[in-house]
Amino acid sequence: MMTLLYGLITGILFGFFLQKGRVLRYDKQIGALLFKDMTIVKFMLSHIAVAMVGVYFLYDMGIAKLSLKPMILGGVVLGGLIFGLGWGLLGYCPGTSLGALGEGRTDAIWGIAGMLVGAGIYAEAYPYLQKTVLTWGNYGKITIPQVLGVNHWLVIVPFIVLTVMLFRWFEKKGL
Amino acid sequence: MNKDGGWSPYVAGGLSGLVSIGSVWFVGKYLGASTSFVKTAGMLEKIFSPERVAKMPYFIKETPAIDWQWMVVIGIAIGSFVAAVTSNSFKLQAVPDLWESRFGSAVAPRAMVAFVGGIIAMFGVRLADGCPSGHGLSGGLQLAVSGYVALICFFIGGIISANLLYKGGDKK
Repeated sequence: MMTLLYGLITGILFGFFLQKGRVLRYDKQIGALLFKDMTIVKFMLSHIAVAMVGVYFLYDMGIAKLSLKPMILGGVVLGGLIFGLGWGLLGYCPGTSLGALGEGRTDAIWGIAGMLVGAGIYAEAYPYLQKTVLTWGNYGKITIPQVLGVNHWLVIVPFIVLTVMLFRWFEKKGL
Repeated sequence: MNKDGGWSPYVAGGLSGLVSIGSVWFVGKYLGASTSFVKTAGMLEKIFSPERVAKMPYFIKETPAIDWQWMVVIGIAIGSFVAAVTSNSFKLQAVPDLWESRFGSAVAPRAMVAFVGGIIAMFGVRLADGCPSGHGLSGGLQLAVSGYVALICFFIGGIISANLLYKGGDKK
């Protein structure tokens, strides 16, 4: 029960910041895909950079555990591309569709309905996919520092430097 | 602060990153959203054919019940509503501005494309085992290889379909 309450609080805070960052808009999401407005990329990379430092600090202290998704080439690449094609049509992702609805964007309802249908179709196809696509190129749960064989901070620090440089470039270009 | 109550995406994104840290610290959970759509679909199907759902491997893997992430997703809608109402940026809109400038203000075409896009997007995201939150944010912050490969593929697919839709500039 407490877990559910924590979930609700986490979601409310996350939704609040998503709305404040104006990333819940079709115009912003499609704007990024058309290289006209990088708002969602700025939001995502800021989230990633801040949380990366915090979570890896907690990890080093032995407080937090990582929860990695396996790198299955077939599933991640094919699924990622298919998602992208649908995302460009819908203009919301699963999380932002609910947020978009929260700020009054009623077109998100059609997307949410479509996504529920899509989830049902996937559940039907899963036994087949599990034996085929999801067995193609399974590299397991790996991180970039593991692949490079270095300490994670040797990846985190350059990541943040590159992110800040990218942000400066976005601002210079007015994206 | 802008007139619509918006914040810099850097500030809002960074603060949302603190939410991720708090969630990992206190509950040990990483943000995600798309599994909740599977659970909801399962809960809806269970109303009509509970025996069938109980036998389906995907619904055995992802039990159709309300859990932490499902509450997060509901919370996102509430948090967004609160932020919008308190900053006077809540606005009922059935057709986005960008869409209207290109395809007109009719609701049906937008609804159709959003619905079909939703089906495709969710099928893909479940195959990839994560969405821009689960793979992009949570995978990205953990430096997961799968997170970055997924994120790149999300954008490649999105760039293709968005550019096909909006190719040739806007008719404004």
